[in-house]
Amino acid sequence: MNEQAKQFKFVGTRPIRPDGVDKVTGRAMYGADLTLPGMLEGKVVRSPHAHARIKSIDTSKAEALNGVKSVVTAADMPEAESKPVAAGEAMINFRDLAENVIARHKVFYEGQTVAAVAATSNEIAERAAALIEVEYEVLPHVIDVLDAMKDDAPVLHDHIFTGGVTPKPEKPSNVANRVEFALGDIDAGFAAADIVIERKFTTEPVHQAYIEPHAVVADMGPDGKADVWCSSQGHFMVRSFCAGLLKIEMSKIKVSAAEIGGGFGGKTTVYLEPLAIMLSRKAGRPVRMVMSREEIFRASGPTSGAAMTIKIGATKDGRITAGDATLCLQAGAFPGSPVGPAAMTAFAPYDLENVRVVGFDVVSNRPKVVAYRAPGAPISEYAVESVVDELASELGLDPIEFRAKNGAKEGTQAAYGVKFGTIGMQETLEAAKATEHYKIPLGPNQGRGVATGFWFNIGGESCAGIRINEDGSVSLTEGSPDIGGSRASMAIMAAEVLGIDVAKIKPSVVDTDATGYHFVTGGSRVTFATGMAVVDASKAAIDELRARAAKIWDVDVDGVVWEDGHAKPASTNVGDFEPMSLAEIAAIANKTGGPISGHADINAKGAGPGFGTHICDVEVDPDTGFVTVLRYTAVQDVGRAIHPSYVEGQLQGGAAQGIGWALNEAYMYDEDGKLENAGFLDYRVPVASDLPMIDTILVEIPNPTHPFGVRGVGEVPIIPPLAAVNNAVAAATGVRFTALPLSPPAILAGTGAGD
Amino acid sequence: MAKQHITTTINGEEAEYLCEAQETLLDVLRDQVGLTGTKEGCSSGDCGACSVMLDGRLVCSCLVLGVEAEGKTVETIEGMADGEELHPLQQKFLEEAALQCGFCTPGVLVAAKALLDVNDDPTETEVRYWLAGNLCRCTGYDKIIRAVMDTAADLRGASA
Repeated sequence: MNEQAKQFKFVGTRPIRPDGVDKVTGRAMYGADLTLPGMLEGKVVRSPHAHARIKSIDTSKAEALNGVKSVVTAADMPEAESKPVAAGEAMINFRDLAENVIARHKVFYEGQTVAAVAATSNEIAERAAALIEVEYEVLPHVIDVLDAMKDDAPVLHDHIFTGGVTPKPEKPSNVANRVEFALGDIDAGFAAADIVIERKFTTEPVHQAYIEPHAVVADMGPDGKADVWCSSQGHFMVRSFCAGLLKIEMSKIKVSAAEIGGGFGGKTTVYLEPLAIMLSRKAGRPVRMVMSREEIFRASGPTSGAAMTIKIGATKDGRITAGDATLCLQAGAFPGSPVGPAAMTAFAPYDLENVRVVGFDVVSNRPKVVAYRAPGAPISEYAVESVVDELASELGLDPIEFRAKNGAKEGTQAAYGVKFGTIGMQETLEAAKATEHYKIPLGPNQGRGVATGFWFNIGGESCAGIRINEDGSVSLTEGSPDIGGSRASMAIMAAEVLGIDVAKIKPSVVDTDATGYHFVTGGSRVTFATGMAVVDASKAAIDELRARAAKIWDVDVDGVVWEDGHAKPASTNVGDFEPMSLAEIAAIANKTGGPISGHADINAKGAGPGFGTHICDVEVDPDTGFVTVLRYTAVQDVGRAIHPSYVEGQLQGGAAQGIGWALNEAYMYDEDGKLENAGFLDYRVPVASDLPMIDTILVEIPNPTHPFGVRGVGEVPIIPPLAAVNNAVAAATGVRFTALPLSPPAILAGTGAGD
Repeated sequence: MAKQHITTTINGEEAEYLCEAQETLLDVLRDQVGLTGTKEGCSSGDCGACSVMLDGRLVCSCLVLGVEAEGKTVETIEGMADGEELHPLQQKFLEEAALQCGFCTPGVLVAAKALLDVNDDPTETEVRYWLAGNLCRCTGYDKIIRAVMDTAADLRGASA
């Protein structure tokens, strides 16, 4: 039966999340909360230089310190082979991952790991780390993306010859890759335009800034088997990367998912985990490692900063004729910026005939970027949406109507290759236009900005197990770390299919020995893909329940249907049997064949693309340049909200992160290539007093490929805010800004009030 | 250096621990006393994940030394519920989904309770400024602010 046609009993309700009480009472165990008997504390020695050759490492003094149990350098690690692997939604090279975990010959950014030590206390480990002597030959460095692309820039890696161009360049450079997506004929498109606007934009790198530091406890026994407990967006990713880096069979590494205190893409790779296993192996004792906030800023994340050129043409009546974009994204020290998705998403909200996007993946002496919520899309769509807004303004058109006129719809051919199916771009625009917010009159120095956002969303591997317990309760197992309430969604979907109360279902995120491979909690995929696995597993359990009822009634299984949590005869022809509840069948399972369960191991396809439209009102203080966000509304096509509260939460959280990106956040470097603001005091994420309430509107255009119509929702909401804020500031000040963040000094410089 | 012997009251019960002079109250709570509900997010007093009450005053436990708790009272997230009975703030946070990853939640709850203890009818602005020292990266604060204000309203209604 088509689930989407049914009235839902649990889908769309807001039960208290199954892990909730643990999280409001302090009982929930996060990465750093585990203590094992005999556990050591591990610390990392990091490069003080942005770019340097490692001449020697002397660990003897550290090893001689009382209480030090093991020291690890790259010499202890197997040489990694050069091969591409998926890290979140981007591809990286395994050899680069190994170098990023611990430097071998060179350091490529300030903060890169060069050694690690484990000792009986944090204090001894810190003293030991300070005793490790590393001799460096400092090399010229380059921080800025455009500087790094210059012919005379210091080259980070001798083996990088720009990919994606023919013929292969003769000499190595910092431009690791070129990508291009094109549709139609942009020259003809621009020739048909009445107005063409071209602007150059820059954005700064921003950090995911999850509040929980990276943390791991690893325990490897003399038999070579390792137990790992850590906070990550994918414990199967941790197992796979550690096994590959350390050349250990996957079956010998068991990774348990600690509760995760935020990730936003930043925990889709490994930093400490392989080091902790190696330290434990050498010491013969468990080792805990926890990053400091300063280490998090210097050595993990962030996402790319960028330099971009956007050119868009339109006719007088408001039809976009061509879009052209050049995107240069910082990858950090190793290739693998999200320039691919940035290029693919840049113009995706629009139904355009003529598009060209060229992107460059550029290395420089910064920490290696890692996924951050819709990687790349907020960057490219910020620039495009800023020009789209300027075009609407120049043409005297309402910015929502201009977007609706050009917006993607079912059947739109996107430049990156996909023809859209059922999507909700137009519906989000209509809903935004209909809000009270959009009609509220503005005062002096106030402005309103609108922007849209698009993200693919993904599926991927997930597994689920449904075990019907003897008392009729249900244990649900899956392996997607729960970063924002996904256990609640899983329980709701299982309850809906099984037809029993959601409180009867206990969902658990189990370890890598207890379920099959799951791709990371990322790409807005968990409620979609793991949810699909849960639905399939529930249906498999129902098939077994029906079979048991058929056995009890001595009828053919086809004569038994499952309705409202009961096995019933399909018709009076089957026989006159009282319906049997799930609990009644479970109670006598031992007499009908033993324990009852259902399982599904899938690679989910058909993730529905996500679109959102945001409205932002700001007031700009003409004297200080300070921007206050007055009102904010986030509208999104969410497919189907399984637990609407947590869907709203995704929209609100994404909007807040996008506002921070637009107004406050940036990595700042000194002349020596050292990060100057590696802490929450100087790297300002939005605090409660910075923000208004964030209103949400959930548009539900069901995804036809999901049993309940789910689309991923987590990533889209971080995309529109950058341009929505930028466009609001333009409306308030009359100045079109082209660089983020819109800090008070930048605003004053732009308006001329700072002169 | 010899460890210091500290006698204090934690969540209403007398507690003793040995700590180094330089150890923070946060580290002592987590590593010596075994109360890991108090979280470390930055160790510099910027994120508020380690918020506890010290002699009735809201503090970042990462900025307090373990030895400073001598003779004082410490209240942590673990002492907020009364057995199985959640504090109204805890219950409201669950009902209104005012948490996502949950890592900042203990600190937010401790700080919010401290607010309601001194102000039973805070405005939205008062709640936002009171909680400005508690970073949350997941929620955008919306549901947190509403949950605190709704709890305050419930408590006023209950006592009216």
